Parts: sequence; C-alpha cells; structure tokens
Amino acid sequence: MPSITNTSKRNFLKIAGLGGTALYLGLFSSNSSASVINASEIEGDPQSVELNAWVIIDTSGKVTFVDHRAEMGQGSYHSVPQILAEELEVGLNDINVVFGQGNRKYGNQITGGSSTIRSNYKNFLKLTASAREMLIAAAAAKWAVPHQDCYAELGHVIHRPTGKRAHYGELVVAASKMEVPKDVKLKKRADYKLIGKPIRRIDTKLKTNGSVIFGLDKKLPGMMYAAVERNPRLRGKVKSFDATNALKVPGVTKVFKIKMLVFKTYREGVAVIANSTYAAFQGKKALKVEWDDSGFEHINTADIFKRQEENVKTKEGLSYKKQGDPDKAIATAARKLDVVYQTPYQSHYAMEPLNCTAHYQGDKIEVWGPIQAPDWVQDALSGEFGMPREKILVNMTFLGGGFGRKAFMDYPHEAAVISKELNGPVQVVWSREDDATQGPYRPGITYRCEGAINNGKIEALKFRMSGQNNGHWMGGKKDEANDSTSEGFLAPYFDNIKNISFADVPFEIPIPSMWWRSVYASTNGFAFESFLDELSVEAGKDPLALRREYLDERCHKLIDKLEEVSGWKKRKKNEGYGVAITECFSSTVGHIVKVSRRDGGGVKIDKVWAVMDCGWYVNPDIIRAQVEGSIVMGLGAAAFHEVTFKDGMTEQKNFYSYPMPRINDIPPIEVYVMDNAEDAGGVGEPGLPPLAPALTNAIFDLTGKRIRTLPFSLEAV
Amino acid sequence: MSVLKINGQSYTIDADENMPLLWAIRDIVGLTGTKYGCGVAQCGACVVHLDGEAVRSCVTKVSRAQGKQITTIEGLSKNNDHPVQQAWQEIDVPQCGYCHSGQIMSAAVLLRENPNPSDQDIDNAMAGNICRCGTYPRIRNAIKIAAEIQRKATKS
Repeated sequence: MPSITNTSKRNFLKIAGLGGTALYLGLFSSNSSASVINASEIEGDPQSVELNAWVIIDTSGKVTFVDHRAEMGQGSYHSVPQILAEELEVGLNDINVVFGQGNRKYGNQITGGSSTIRSNYKNFLKLTASAREMLIAAAAAKWAVPHQDCYAELGHVIHRPTGKRAHYGELVVAASKMEVPKDVKLKKRADYKLIGKPIRRIDTKLKTNGSVIFGLDKKLPGMMYAAVERNPRLRGKVKSFDATNALKVPGVTKVFKIKMLVFKTYREGVAVIANSTYAAFQGKKALKVEWDDSGFEHINTADIFKRQEENVKTKEGLSYKKQGDPDKAIATAARKLDVVYQTPYQSHYAMEPLNCTAHYQGDKIEVWGPIQAPDWVQDALSGEFGMPREKILVNMTFLGGGFGRKAFMDYPHEAAVISKELNGPVQVVWSREDDATQGPYRPGITYRCEGAINNGKIEALKFRMSGQNNGHWMGGKKDEANDSTSEGFLAPYFDNIKNISFADVPFEIPIPSMWWRSVYASTNGFAFESFLDELSVEAGKDPLALRREYLDERCHKLIDKLEEVSGWKKRKKNEGYGVAITECFSSTVGHIVKVSRRDGGGVKIDKVWAVMDCGWYVNPDIIRAQVEGSIVMGLGAAAFHEVTFKDGMTEQKNFYSYPMPRINDIPPIEVYVMDNAEDAGGVGEPGLPPLAPALTNAIFDLTGKRIRTLPFSLEAV
Repeated sequence: MSVLKINGQSYTIDADENMPLLWAIRDIVGLTGTKYGCGVAQCGACVVHLDGEAVRSCVTKVSRAQGKQITTIEGLSKNNDHPVQQAWQEIDVPQCGYCHSGQIMSAAVLLRENPNPSDQDIDNAMAGNICRCGTYPRIRNAIKIAAEIQRKATKS
C-alpha cells in the first residue's frame, strides 16, 4: 500500500484542476487489492499518481463516474454505475457517467477479455462504501451524534433516532477532510437493492432517438473527411498512383500517399480528402493505384488449411500442457478416435465501420473514435510521432460494436498521419468494403483430436492445433505455446482425466490476425466439445452423463439446470438434441440446441437453451442479452459466413458475400443465469463458444452426420 | 442547390444530386442519428421515411428525396415516445445501439401498416435490418409490445 502524506492537502486537486469543493475518491492500481484514496490527501504530480475509477461527488450531490473502459454494447456503462449506486446509497439516475481519456492513471483500459466487471467490481464496492462511510462520518460530526446512529439512503445521511437528514451535497466538503476508512464493511448479497436486479439500462434512451454519439457522429469545426485506398494484400506498398480523376470529383481537395501501422509493420495506401464522406468515397473510386506487393506470400485459403493439416498430422508442436502419457494410453486403448476439425477465418463486421477523427496540432494530437483501448492508442501514437504520452489525447465515443477489432491501433494511427499531412482536423471513414477486406481476422485453425476409451471411461485426450497465434503476433515468445491452446476447455477435466496433452504446432502467414469475440474459445470450443460428443458415442454414454463423470460440483449444477430447462432427459432417441459446455474468461456456459428436419431439405433450429454461470453478477437482463447476442454471433460463424483469401486478398467485401444471420434465422432462445456465491466471471464473450458444437452435435443426433468443418450450410445438411 | 424537408424543417443544401441522402443528412444537414452500415442496401442501418415509406438512404439519391417529407429517427417522435421507442426502452432492445435507428424506423412502418403483426409478419418486415449484436429475439418481442401500446393508445 502506498503511503499517503497529509501535507499540502489540496496540492493534487489543484494540479489536476479539480478544485477543492467536492469529494474525489480514486483507487491505486487496478489489481484486486487496490486501496481507496481520498484525492485531497495526495501530494504531487497527478501524472505520477496511479489513480483510477474516479468517483466524484460535488456540492449539489451529483455523482460523476469516470468510466475508463469502452461501451460497445456489453453494458458496462450501465453495470458499473449499478454497482456504484449500491454501496454509495444513491439512485442509479443520480450517477452521471463520463468516458475517461486514455491515461495510465486508470491502469489497464483495454475493454477485452470480458474483464471490466470481473477485474474491478471489488474495488468499485470498496470505493463507494468508503465514500458512504466518509459522508456518514461528516454528518455524525456535524450533528455531534454517534456514527452508528446514522445511515445513508438515496443520497442522504439520516440520523435514525431523530429522523434528521442531510443531503450528500451538504456533506461533501466535510467528508473530503475525513480519513478514508481502513476496513469498510460491504453489504451481503441478500441485502443488495440494485445489484442482481434486472434494472433497465441507462443508455437505452440515447439509443432509441438517434442522440447517442458514436465515432462516426463526431464532428469538429473545419473537419474534412477522408477515405483511403489501402493495399489489398494488407501489408504491401504503393508503387505509384494517378489522382487525376479523383481530383476532378467535386468536393475532393487533396490526394496523398500514407503509411499506417499494422502491428509492428506498416501498410501503405492513398488518402483522398474531401468535404463530405460521399465525395471522399467517389474520389477513392476514381483513383488508380499500382501496388508493390513484393516480399511476402500471397496466400490462398486452401493452402492455409492444407498446411495446417499437414502440421497436425506430422508434428508434435510446442507442448502447452501435458499430464500422464497420452501417447501410450492411446496406443494401448481398446477404443480410440483420431479426427481433424477445422474452423474458418472470420471478420468482426461491427455495424459501425472503422473510423477515427484526429486533429494533429504540432505539439499535440487529439483523437476521437470508437476505441477499445485508449491507453494502447496513446502508446502507439506516442511512439510513432515521438511525442510524450500526455500530449496524445485519446477520447472514446460509444462504439457501434467492437468484438476485438477496435482494440487495434491501425485506424487511429492512420487518422493522425492524415491529419498531420493535412494540418487540420479530419474524420477518416472506412467503407464497409475497407472494414471487411483489411483484417485483422480471427485466425482459421486446424485441430487434431485423439482420444482413448477403456471400459467406457475416457483414458486419454490429445489435442494439437495449428493456426496463427495472436499472442505470438503481439510480442509473445514464438517458441512457446500459450493459453490460446487450451482456451475454452473446462479445468475440472484436468483433475479427472489421467492423460491429457495440448500442443500448438506453429503456423505463420502474413495475414494480420486478432482477437474476435471469445477469442480462441470460439474455435477451440468447437473442436473440444464436438470431440467429447464423439467420445460419448464411442463410450456408449449420454453426452451429459459422460461429462458429469469428469466435472466438478459447480458444473454439475449447471448441467442440472440445462437438463431441467430443456427437458433433456425426456428427449427421444435421435430427436436432434445437442449439448456443449465451455469455459472462457472465468465463466462457464452450456448450450442445448434442438434441431429438426426442414421441409425441402436440410435442418432447422427449433430452440436454444443456454445456462450461464458467471458467479457474482450485476444485472441478469444484460447477461441474458449478451448470451442471446453471443448465440446469434456464434450461429453466424458456424453456419453463415467465413473469410477466404485468394492470391493474398480477401474475397468477401460486404454483407452480400459475408451473409449475417437475420431475424428470420433466429430460433427462440432461453437464457438462465446461475445463482451462487462464486467470484465474478466475464459476461460479454463466454456465451458464444458452445453454440457451434451444440448445434453440430444436435445435427449428429438427428442425422448421424458428424460436421467437423465450419462453416456449413443448414440447408445442405 | 437542393431543398430537403427533414422532420418538418426545410434545409437548402449545396450537394451533388447523386449524393446518397444518407450523406446529405449526416454530413451536410448534420443529423447523425441515421447510420452508415454498408452503402449497398444490405443492412438497413440507414433507413429513413420518405413520405412515410421506409427507404434505405444509402442508395436513395438526394434528387429523389427533393419535395418529399423526410423523417429520420430524430423526428419519429418529439419525446422519444413513439410506441416502437417505448417498447424498445421497456425491454432494453439495443446493445451497442448502432443499427437501432434503422430497426426502429423499419418497425414503425410495419406497425402502421399492420397493427397486429404475427411472428412471420415481423420476420418478413424486419429481415432487411442486420444487427451484429444479435438483438433479434428482443426486436421480435418489442414489436409485439409496441403493437399493444399502439392499440391501447388508439382505444383511449
């Protein structure tokens, strides 16, 4: 715990420009043991103070929460205030949320890994409970009554014996001079008034009348619009370009070559500047560009999967985890399976195409945009432009979807480069085609799954995967496997199956790859959970009964719930039921899918039941919404779309060749949330991975046909 | 110069007549509730009403919209209380919210034409609007709630 000096009390607030008439509470670091601090007691330079999660209560009693994470649909813009209001004892509508800029003082800002609640909730509870106790202490001192005779409710402190009340606004100045309590008592879950309740989202109204501001809605005085023709092979250079016709388009003012960051390499393109998005798009269409695509491979999708398959069939790869001796167990097993699964490349296709607004001003750069990691953008621009971090101002807008793509630094960097060349503010708008064809993508992966069964029990599991490793892209050690290799796999299997191994056979190509909602669990889960289904058939056991043999009590409860809501045990043989259960970002989710034959051929999905166990949770309706959406997105990746490459270029350019599930493709979905006393897990992503294997397992149950390659067509089954 | 009548107001704009209405509304008039999603009439994020009919503004030229009443999400109701908006709020339909201007504008036309839509009617009318967050189950429910709200309002 850092030492807090008690001299020159308002020093920090003065430097931070925050004045001295409110209660400002923050936290040191973002780890689980963060300590609450009163900003009025901090001395020194705010840039050097690791403060995050500011809660500010001003003299009008208004509470401001500085949200250091992005809102992209997952609902933390609402869920975090729902946590804060609970221990602070204010109404949810009394909390005003503002997005924080990129700044190290907030700790890690990347909105990814479904981490906003699970990695911060204990700190948020402690912070707001501390604030409440300081306000109560201020009132008790003012009234000269014992602290324990006072309590807080709806933004007031109340003296129980007399009913005397004081509004938080009247108390903040005195409260700001109080010591931060060392050990603050938190409420029991049973006493929560807000947490755990399906309270309506505070951002919904903004999203029903067009008033919410996404990146593309940011307008600056004098702002120009830019469209960029980028190298279609994702890493190449511009050999030459002819802007004659582009410059004839009314509204087009300038055309120039640019270079933008792609991880640690660069790609080149030609920027067209105009006075409207339309003119910039038209100008871009009129450009003639010759590319230099030398020095890297121009890949075809068929070659990718052929090489991966050869890898897993001929190489052991880098071991990630190994227990027992799976090779020996498989060699001597009575029954064994050895099969290959393949999952395709996928694109994010957030409904708001990439865009970024930037204003380079010589000694500083300011950017606005749908940004998942403002601190990373700050780092990247600081490095590329050679400016100190504090001169890079990164503002998050609401995000029109993110799914991992908007945690990448290429588009803010590109916007800053264009603004510098232009010497003025500019909004760079990616067309849907730009967004669809430039990556980075969820990598396509080949899995080899081997298993051994003796006396109806799983004796051994051996998994090998080969595909691009995002961890390696992002600077991880290339000669080591990482957790991407087993993401999605349920931990209790390690305790109860003797022989298990996971290995990654390295595979690299020049296509940029990146996180896609639920990351490797979204592909691994298909292989692991389909393979368990295959093993249950081989062992002659019910797929859920087989899983029960190796899972723990917590998982058994989830299975009980799945069975109860879906009528699993009453289903008839070959009626078309399939199940899958995966774990990711500390939450476990199970899906049961029911399918039947469709008139005119193929199969249709009749229903999906989902059970989410995310431990401690805030808002069950937001969780249900996230799981519903994950099911729709998982269905798209299983049975609707894929990204393919020809001669190093992406073949799918827009929704007409990358078809999305539409409302008429969606079966009834029922989602249940488990209640227990476990620690909080993630919510935004873990609902996705089980869908594909539960669906293909259901198709196997109905038809006897095992699907091992995604995507597939429901009509063609 | 073109004159566009948007949400009851007239705007005289200097724009290429071939410019899609979407960009005229967003970049020139400055109403940003109408969204760009695909530019090729595939996703429905840009749906506005032209004389009461749902059109995709990304493929509707400024020239075609002249002299017609254009309604955008900002003009659907004064107080964010059209039955569709109320229903959307009642069950928290939006997640990221980006596609919902278009979803709501499409649903509003459906409900005017068909005050009591079946699941099949909803699917038919809303299949042109993509939602990447996957809010479809809630869209379906909300349209039924909106129909109920509309029926009650008509009765009273």
